[in-house]
Amino acid sequence: MAIFVNENTKVIVQGMTGSEGTKHTKRMLKAGTKIVGGVTPGKGGQTSDMDGVLIPVFNSVKEAMDATGANASVVFVPPKFAKSAVMDAIDAQIPLVVVITEGIPVHDVAAFYARAVSSGKTQILGPNCPGIISPGKTNLGIIPSDITGAGQIGLVSKSGTLTYQMMYELRDFGFTTAVGIGGDPIIGTTHIDCLRAFQDDPETKAIVMIGEIGGDAEERAAQFIKEYVTKPVVGYVAGFTAPEGKTMGHAGAIVSGSSGTASAKKEALEAVGVAVGKTPSETANLMRKILNG
Amino acid sequence: MDLFEYQARDLFESHKIPVLAGAVASTPQEAEAAALKIGGKVVVKAQVKIGGRGKAGGVKLAENPADAKEKASAILGMDIKGHIVKKVMIAQAAPIESEYYLAILLDRANRNFLVMASVAGGMEIEEVAHKTPEKLARVGIDPNKGIDNAKAIEIVKRGQFPADVVDQVSDVLIKLWEAFIKEDATLMEINPLVKTADGKIIALDGKVTLDDNSSFRHLEHEKLVDHSATNPLEALAKEKDLNYVKLDGQVGIIGNGAGLVMSTLDVVAYAGEKYGVKPANFLDIGGGASAEVMANGLSIILGDNDVRSVFVNVFGGITACDAVANGIVQALEILGSKATKPIVVRLDGNNVELGRKILNDANHPLVQQLETMDGAAAKAAELAAK
Repeated sequence: MAIFVNENTKVIVQGMTGSEGTKHTKRMLKAGTKIVGGVTPGKGGQTSDMDGVLIPVFNSVKEAMDATGANASVVFVPPKFAKSAVMDAIDAQIPLVVVITEGIPVHDVAAFYARAVSSGKTQILGPNCPGIISPGKTNLGIIPSDITGAGQIGLVSKSGTLTYQMMYELRDFGFTTAVGIGGDPIIGTTHIDCLRAFQDDPETKAIVMIGEIGGDAEERAAQFIKEYVTKPVVGYVAGFTAPEGKTMGHAGAIVSGSSGTASAKKEALEAVGVAVGKTPSETANLMRKILNG
Repeated sequence: MDLFEYQARDLFESHKIPVLAGAVASTPQEAEAAALKIGGKVVVKAQVKIGGRGKAGGVKLAENPADAKEKASAILGMDIKGHIVKKVMIAQAAPIESEYYLAILLDRANRNFLVMASVAGGMEIEEVAHKTPEKLARVGIDPNKGIDNAKAIEIVKRGQFPADVVDQVSDVLIKLWEAFIKEDATLMEINPLVKTADGKIIALDGKVTLDDNSSFRHLEHEKLVDHSATNPLEALAKEKDLNYVKLDGQVGIIGNGAGLVMSTLDVVAYAGEKYGVKPANFLDIGGGASAEVMANGLSIILGDNDVRSVFVNVFGGITACDAVANGIVQALEILGSKATKPIVVRLDGNNVELGRKILNDANHPLVQQLETMDGAAAKAAELAAK
């Protein structure tokens, strides 16, 4: 099994006809993702040739869902138009929207997140995230599909490249699902949502959780692990050397005063029995030990 | 972006939030002129983006323009917790009867906006929350609904404001919400919000943080940037569209992806402990690192006099390692004799074999490759120690 997506997930790509959208639609198709349509307002009725695969383009998510039965969307729309694209997806009640776009104003994210919550029909992953992959089954977003195959580890991470790095370190074991939840101050799917899903997924044997400075999501995840998760969890936190008050690449990665520090997150995780690695490779070794018994 | 108090004041004024007369001054003469224009007693306030300036002696009452000049002269140039005072605000002095607190901020945990309102103002709000939580209203706001008059009154009453100011404070709250939305702010705080002796409600001091991601629709925010505080290397990096933060160590860092670069800094810091060296910067070249991006990144890092070695740490996801390797080779060609510091490279992921081969074939005397992130970090730290 996999969490949130599987081999039957029917995917549309919002912003498919743009350069990023086209590039990654081709890559997702090669990874086996069932892409059934694209959405670009004003280009409905056209067909896009994705390396020999013809994909229909629709004006809206609703139209695309009605025509194709799509149940997930991946958004590559630029920041300026991302809010209206995600609102379109929420209003069409699509079950999952994966927002890859980086740089969306936080007011826009707050607005579409609130709309998704009040509709109760749509799960948002991201924004500013690499997406979700269930190796061998499907891949929604920009995570490379050839790093490793299917296995028993569940991975949740704020960072894209650390996701890739960790998948690579543990490539001999493989993953049920790897989820990049994104590095923005407001994100739709949290560490906790993924931890719950991995705990409930019978194929996931152990979980790697990667966090970074900013906010208190990791601290709250630690509390959740204590209350709910019985599977082994290993953790990694990036940003011990980050200075106070500076945004480190991700919009959400900032230590404000004494809050959001890597040390506080590490301590919170360790306090609930999560082994936290000092480096990505040490973290991988902690997981290796668990899986090797 | 955090604003100075005078910028927050001007922003509040432009959104019809009541403020006192005020002007900014960079010299004692300007301070005197501003005080003359405002008339009467004024307050001279250090403009620094850090709290605790009052205790540090950065806020002084002046009796008249000559006194304002003198006070400004004392405050300008002060060092407040590492922040040098380059500007002062000259603000009209007013007899204050009560001090309140009002703020709207982004609430990351609840993923919405939060209003905090309290009859107890003028001190740190954390202190109010801790000592007298019943005097602090904390109310989440649905971004799609906002704050209407009824909501504002409800919040203000919960903050235990006296009946005679509820209407005025509610009005300020509604205007603050409008400003918060229109300016794409993540924080707008008024502390203190005061009631003057003649019963008026006025924003006396403010803190504002604007969302950098919204800059594409706020070209007017560019003029609020404090370029004088930006490190010259950071300014150069920004021009080249690079995500760079200057730190105080000796090992220059280039990587792809914010998380991996943060992790690289940490790993270098651990490896550097025994050599007494630390990372010199954060630099994320992002996805699809072209030769040009690599050259720009390397030239900024090599232009940092503190840097003694460079660590290029790339995991090729979308980025292909051969493109990164070509970028390094071309960057070194472009930089020529300007490149003088050893460069440790660790490549992994997409097209790694070809990437490593390109660097091996180029056989540049400054470049050495290691296969693991930990090993490469240790090597870069060792080279920086020499």
